[in-house]
Amino acid sequence: MSGDILVRVEGLTRRYGEQRVVDDLNFTLAKGQILGFLGPNGAGKSTTLRMLAGVLAPDAGRIVIDGHDLIDDPQAAKQAIGYLPEQPPLYQELTVDEQLQYSARLRGLGRAASRSAAARVKERCGLTAVGRRLNGSLSKGYQQRVGIAQAIVHDPPVIVLDEPTVGLDPLQLQDIRTLIGELKAGHGVILSTHLLAEVRATCTDVQIIKAGRLVYASPLASLQQRQAASGCLRIGLQAPPPLAALRQLPSVERIEDLGEGRFRLYHAPEVALHRTVLEHARAEAWDLWELTPERADLERIFVELTLAGRELE
Amino acid sequence: MILVIAGRELRGLWLSPLAWTSLAVVQAWLAWIFLILLDEFRGLQGRLVGLEHAPGVTDLIAAPLFRVAAWCLLILTPFLTMRFSEERRNRTLDLLLSSPVSVTAIVLGQYLAILAFLLGLGALTALMPLSLATGTTLDFGKLLAGALGLSLLAASFAAAGLYFSTLTAQPIVAAVATLGLLLFLSVIDAADFGQNGAGGLFRYLSLFRHYDALLLGLFDSADVAYYLLFSLLFLGLAIRRLHDGRLRD
Repeated sequence: MSGDILVRVEGLTRRYGEQRVVDDLNFTLAKGQILGFLGPNGAGKSTTLRMLAGVLAPDAGRIVIDGHDLIDDPQAAKQAIGYLPEQPPLYQELTVDEQLQYSARLRGLGRAASRSAAARVKERCGLTAVGRRLNGSLSKGYQQRVGIAQAIVHDPPVIVLDEPTVGLDPLQLQDIRTLIGELKAGHGVILSTHLLAEVRATCTDVQIIKAGRLVYASPLASLQQRQAASGCLRIGLQAPPPLAALRQLPSVERIEDLGEGRFRLYHAPEVALHRTVLEHARAEAWDLWELTPERADLERIFVELTLAGRELE
Repeated sequence: MILVIAGRELRGLWLSPLAWTSLAVVQAWLAWIFLILLDEFRGLQGRLVGLEHAPGVTDLIAAPLFRVAAWCLLILTPFLTMRFSEERRNRTLDLLLSSPVSVTAIVLGQYLAILAFLLGLGALTALMPLSLATGTTLDFGKLLAGALGLSLLAASFAAAGLYFSTLTAQPIVAAVATLGLLLFLSVIDAADFGQNGAGGLFRYLSLFRHYDALLLGLFDSADVAYYLLFSLLFLGLAIRRLHDGRLRD
């Protein structure tokens, strides 16, 4: 695994004035990984990705991309990266074909190689039909696709995508997610998002960043294992009994009162708690209106981690 | 890589109405001036015959035309050099900065594109007095010196404009600042500070004084050096600023 490390980030720090927007970040990215950078708006996701792409210089720390230090050997390091900024970097007056060919030329491909690379990537991103249209006349979804296409046109080992699915309709969303999934083979992908569903749908690993610090990092697979090891049920009752009565239910380990008659019941795995709840609700007239099995462990982690600090402040 | 960037910039320029509009306006305006100069010359012609060392067609038509053309460029260039501000605003600068291209190549690419356009404009202007060669004899040495002066002036304008456009993401601010600097440097020698000290310095700094010498056909390497140094200074500043911008931004 360690032989396939594509990106190594050590002690990455960036200040804007006095404020540390990115604070001592450490992580690695290996081939075959899709790393989801998750965090609330303003957490420092974009700043981190901009530094990875070499657009912004870090105040401290080291970034090594595919064996090349971004500061000592920027040309070689940048050659190994494809970057989609928050806003796709498209020249409005160029056609999609011209844009992609120019992007390829900038990354050092020859004229003929650029043309075939552009054609290939157009096919891959579903842009064949709009090749001769002007960037400026495309819808947001298509512009986003061109943005992704220009990032991967030179087939870089590392792909950095800043909020790749913003502004897409559900169908396009599916296409792009499939595309990102395909990129996994032979590449390392880092994408940022503030959508949990995004991470769950596409990523192999997740990192939660908050106020510039890494507060959580884990492979998604181990997260799912943990999830399977415990159960959780959210219920809503029109006429809730006292909390003590709920606590009496068999195999309930912990209860969280969510207010307005809603509760979160943590229970041992492999127990059909919903059946017990249903029986009690009918027998004791709790007037049940919601019964949701909660598998979204990531959501809870995210909310807990990102809200925790807010109460301290 | 410089040429790839310059090629795209030039293409972008031709795809925008700005290039065509400026070409049309400048050509129409200069053509009108040219006709007026020609008319005046015809009026003067009779009186010039008896004079010793009388000024010729080149002095009376080409030189004043080039002087007007220089002012046209002064006003026009700031609008062409706002490119960097636009790149930053449209976020296309991110594409350049994240590509394996040095900042120097980015600046030189942009610079070459603007220069190529301005030189084209200058060449079209030079065609007007050249057309007189069909009916009279021209002083090609003077004409060449004048064209060289105009090119050097354009190179200086473009460099200064490019630097200012790296300072701000607001294209108009960049244009106004460039225009301000160029105008200031054009009239800096107007105030009389005497022959020595500050007066001498101001005269040296003046953008047009060196140009006037070239228009008279006086080729002095000091004048040429002035424009080259001026361009290099601002290109250097632009490169530095873009480099540091990654630190500040």
